[in-house]
Parts: sequence; C-alpha cells; structure tokens
Amino acid sequence: MAFATAIILAFAAVILSNILWQGWEAFSWRFITSRADQNMFDSQQAGVLQMIAGTSARVVLMTIFVMPIGVITAIYLTEYARKDSLLTNLIQSAVNNLAGVPSIVFGLFGLGFFVNFIGGNLDLILRPEQAAPYWRNPALIWASLTLAVMTLPVVIVSTEEALKAIPPGLREASMALGATRLETVIRIVIPQALPGIMTGGVLAVGRAAGEVAPILFTGAAYYMSGYPSHLTDQFMDLGYHIFILSTQSPDIEGTRSILYATVITLLLLTFTLNLLTILMRARIRTKLRTFH
Amino acid sequence: MSQTQIENAADHEKAEAPLIVTRDLSVHYGAVQALNQISLNVSEHLVTAFIGPSGCGKSTLLRCFNRMNDLIDHVKTTGKVTIAGHDIYRSDIDVVQLRKKVGMVFQKSNPFPKSIRENIMYGLRLHGMRESNRLNEVVESSLRSAALWDEVKDRLDTNALTLSGGQQQRLCIARAIAIQPEILLMDEPASALDPVATAKIEELILTLKERYTIVIVTHNMQQATRISDKTAFFYLGALVEYGNTQAIFTNPKNRQTEDYVTGRFG
Ligand SMILES: Nc1ncnc2c1ncn2[C@@H]1O[C@H](COP(=O)(O)OP(=O)(O)O)[C@@H](O)[C@H]1O
Ligand SMILES: [Mg+2]
Repeated sequence: MAFATAIILAFAAVILSNILWQGWEAFSWRFITSRADQNMFDSQQAGVLQMIAGTSARVVLMTIFVMPIGVITAIYLTEYARKDSLLTNLIQSAVNNLAGVPSIVFGLFGLGFFVNFIGGNLDLILRPEQAAPYWRNPALIWASLTLAVMTLPVVIVSTEEALKAIPPGLREASMALGATRLETVIRIVIPQALPGIMTGGVLAVGRAAGEVAPILFTGAAYYMSGYPSHLTDQFMDLGYHIFILSTQSPDIEGTRSILYATVITLLLLTFTLNLLTILMRARIRTKLRTFH
Repeated sequence: MSQTQIENAADHEKAEAPLIVTRDLSVHYGAVQALNQISLNVSEHLVTAFIGPSGCGKSTLLRCFNRMNDLIDHVKTTGKVTIAGHDIYRSDIDVVQLRKKVGMVFQKSNPFPKSIRENIMYGLRLHGMRESNRLNEVVESSLRSAALWDEVKDRLDTNALTLSGGQQQRLCIARAIAIQPEILLMDEPASALDPVATAKIEELILTLKERYTIVIVTHNMQQATRISDKTAFFYLGALVEYGNTQAIFTNPKNRQTEDYVTGRFG
C-alpha cells in the first residue's frame, strides 16, 4: 500500500516537474493576461486569456446545468421513488452505464443531439425565415450541456451517497411533526447532504475542466477574435489549445514552451476551481457542526 | 380533525372515553402480515401500554395512529382507525393535521442536528408560527414540560447532539409537545437509556398524562406496571389480552399473557 502510494506520488512528481521545467520559460503574467490576437504560435506574443475565459465559462455553465438536474434526480431516486420501480431501475442502470462511456462518444452525442437536433429545431421554430443556421452551430451552450450530460452520473452518485448517509430517523422525526416530504427534503435532507452534494460538484468540475473530446464538435473554436459574449458563441479552450499547439504548430520545437505554459495554466485553473468548491464545502461543514 | 371536534369529544369525557378506536385493523408489509384484525379502544387521558415479544406488531400498530406506515413501500392497511370519531384512513383526511394532533417519540432518539432551540421551533414553524417572541415562549414552556429547561436554558443555541442520550430523548418529547398534540405515541422511548435517565422519562410520562393521551410501547414489564393504566398484550400480530394494567399483571385471563408477564415466555 505504502509502496503503491510512493510509486503514484513519484509518477505525479515526475510528470509535474517535467511540465514545470518545459513551460516555466514561457509562463508569465503577460502570457496569462494577453489575448491570442497576435500570432498564437509566437512564444513572445502568444497569450491564453481567451482560453482561460472560454474554459472557465464552459465549466461554470456546465455546473449550473448539471447540479440542479443531478441533485433533483438523486433526491427523486432516494426520497421519492419506490426502490423497485421500473423507472428507478432504468435511471440507475443509465447512471451506471453512462459513467463508463468514453468522452468522445459524448462529443458525438452532443453534436447529434444538442447541435443538430435541438439547435436545428430551435432554428426552425424561432427563425423560420432565415436560411443561415443560428442555433445549429457549435456553441458555448451546447458544449456546456454536453459536459453536463457527461458529468451527470458523478453528481447523481455523490448526491445519492450523501442522502443515504442521513439517518432515516431524521426524516421520520420531521414527518411525524407534520412536515410533508418536500418540507423534509428542503429543511432537513438537503442541508445535511450539502457537503456531499458539493463533493459531487468538485468531482464534476475536475472531470470536465480538462476534457477536450466532448467540446471538439460542440463548441470549441480553433481561433476567434475576442471573447464569447453569447451562449451561442463559440469559444477558445485551454485543453483544445494544448491539442492545437501539439499537433498544428508550424514549428513544434519553437512552440513547445508555450504548449507547456498552457498546460500549467490549465492545471492552475483546475486547481483553483476545485479549491473554491472545497473551501465552500469546508465552510458548510463547520457551519453544520457548530451552528445548526 | 378540527379543534372544536376534538373539544366536543372531550366534553362528554367520562372516566374512560375512547379516543382512538380500531376495528379489524390488519397491516401487511408485502406478503408479511404484521397485524391481524386488531380491535381495541384507547381511552382518553390514560397511559396505555403495548407489550409483547419482538416482532409482534406493537410498533406497527402505534404507527397506524399517525399513519407513519404510509411512508413504507408496499404497506397495506385494512380495517378502520378512528380518532375522536374521525376515520383517519379516509382519503380526504389531512395527514399533516393528523400528525400535528398525534405526536410521536421514537425508540432511537432523533433530534435534528440543529440547535436545541431550532429543534423545538421546527414543528412550530411548519405549522405557521413566525413571531419570535411567541416562538421563544413555546421553546421555554415545552422544555419545562419535558423537564429539560433547567439543564439547557443556558445553552439553547448549542447543537442538540451535544446533549446526553436521556436529554436528547426528553428534547424529542419537548419537540413533540411543542405543537400541542392531543395524543403522544411513544415507541420504547427509554429502551436505549440508563436507569437514571429512564426514571426521569417515566416520571415525565406520569406528569404528561394530565394533558395528553399516551400510548407507549415497552419491553420493560416493571415500566408498564409503574406508568400505565391499561395494558394490551400482543402476540404474533394479534391482540391477546387488553385490560387494566393491574389486572393484566396480577390476574391475566390468558395463558400466553401470564407466561409473558411472568417472564416464562419462550
Ligand atoms: N418496514 C418493514 N418492512 C417489512 N416488514 C416489516 C417492516 N416493519 C416491520 N415489519 C415486520 O412486521 C412485523 C411486526 O413488526 P413491528 O411492528 O416492528 O414489531 P414490534 O414493534 O412489536 O417489535 C415483524 O414481523 C417485522 O419483521
Ligand atoms: Mg418495535
């Protein structure tokens, strides 16, 4: 056990130090605060601010989409549904199977379902006169929704675990005082489950932040000027940019340092997003323990 | 059921006015029959004890009186239960109002992981009390009624889980009586407590009986004789014998009852 831990830590250290070593030279305040308007393969001028904005936007939007749906589904499954009903079993097996699907499959699903089907129908309904597709394009909203579908099982499972850990006696006490199931869920169950629900959020953010495959066809842009300002805009993305730098660069050697500097940026962003959620969770935990 | 209707029932209060009446009450959990055609009357302002070996259906019967069994999947209840003349299993009965009138204390004390004050206020807020002076008054009066006030008056805002087991159970009693029920159902309320804490709960029950009709499940024969006026003995889902506690323990009519109360039960 200790040996395995040591090996894993050693690997992590090697990978991290390699990234730092190669990217340190290009990683600078200027790098993370300038736009990629200039030549994005030029290590003196390249910047990743647009990619930071794009990745942050899709992760935040994904969280906004996935948390309510995931939490409500888990609450339905544990608090309302009969344990042996067909619907419960259907959702449970969907959740279990979804967790093992490769992320590129979610990308294709997002393209087919969100971009083409939903987007196409929105165009038909909302803009029947125009020929040019508006909704039926890769966009921030479709990429975020695709990621939300991908991370849904994580959120559902963590929330379910948190709900199941709450002693049944608390629900009985509440209902015996005349609370309805909904009042019990809102006043007793959710406050108790909040730390576990946030753990689901942390895991979802961690899984989604670095994913490229799901957004490849659903919203990520190779290059654009400026920032996404609408849900229907495309966006530049840190992970996708790493892919571009490592495969599309005219001068692989010359752009290696900005490639690794972009990796550092992505890691920092992921850590920051995780840290924020973990801090929020810790605050809720202490609050639950002392004041409630 | 409305306030006036319950008061009317209280008007023609004789020594033993039946408040809860069951007729041919049977409960099945899926294929398992837990109660078999129970017919009994629970009298107002008395303490009624349910005794019998584990699994004989005491808790199930108790949970019929506030319809807590509704919360379990695959429960089937047949027969009739009336409280103050109202059939509580009719489809138009308001279960929230029923549970306001019929409070419950559980075997395993279950205070909310909130402050002592919040525990009491929970039920009050559910039933629409908002004014903080009024809320705090009721917090004090119910903690006093549950003989807990002196022990906790200086720490009302600490988490209820910091209380001892016996204090937690008395808090649960205070929480139940805060919303002014007519009936208190207690399912082995002292079974997890030490003798001193148990004695306090028993003493409390004897004072509460002035104001509430109490139905208590107990495993403890001495406890039943100390606190109850009437005792019902159950066996395998059936009501075997029901009568004055004194009579059940000193002069049981049924052989099974005699074996059980004298501790010869296998
Ligand atoms: N939630 C439940 N699901 C299935 N069977 C149950 C449930 N609760 C109780 N039972 C069964 O019903 C019978 C009576 O149980 P209970 O009322 O708890 O008895 P007691 O309180 O007298 O020990 C037992 O056989 C028990 O196994
Ligand atoms: Mg029981």
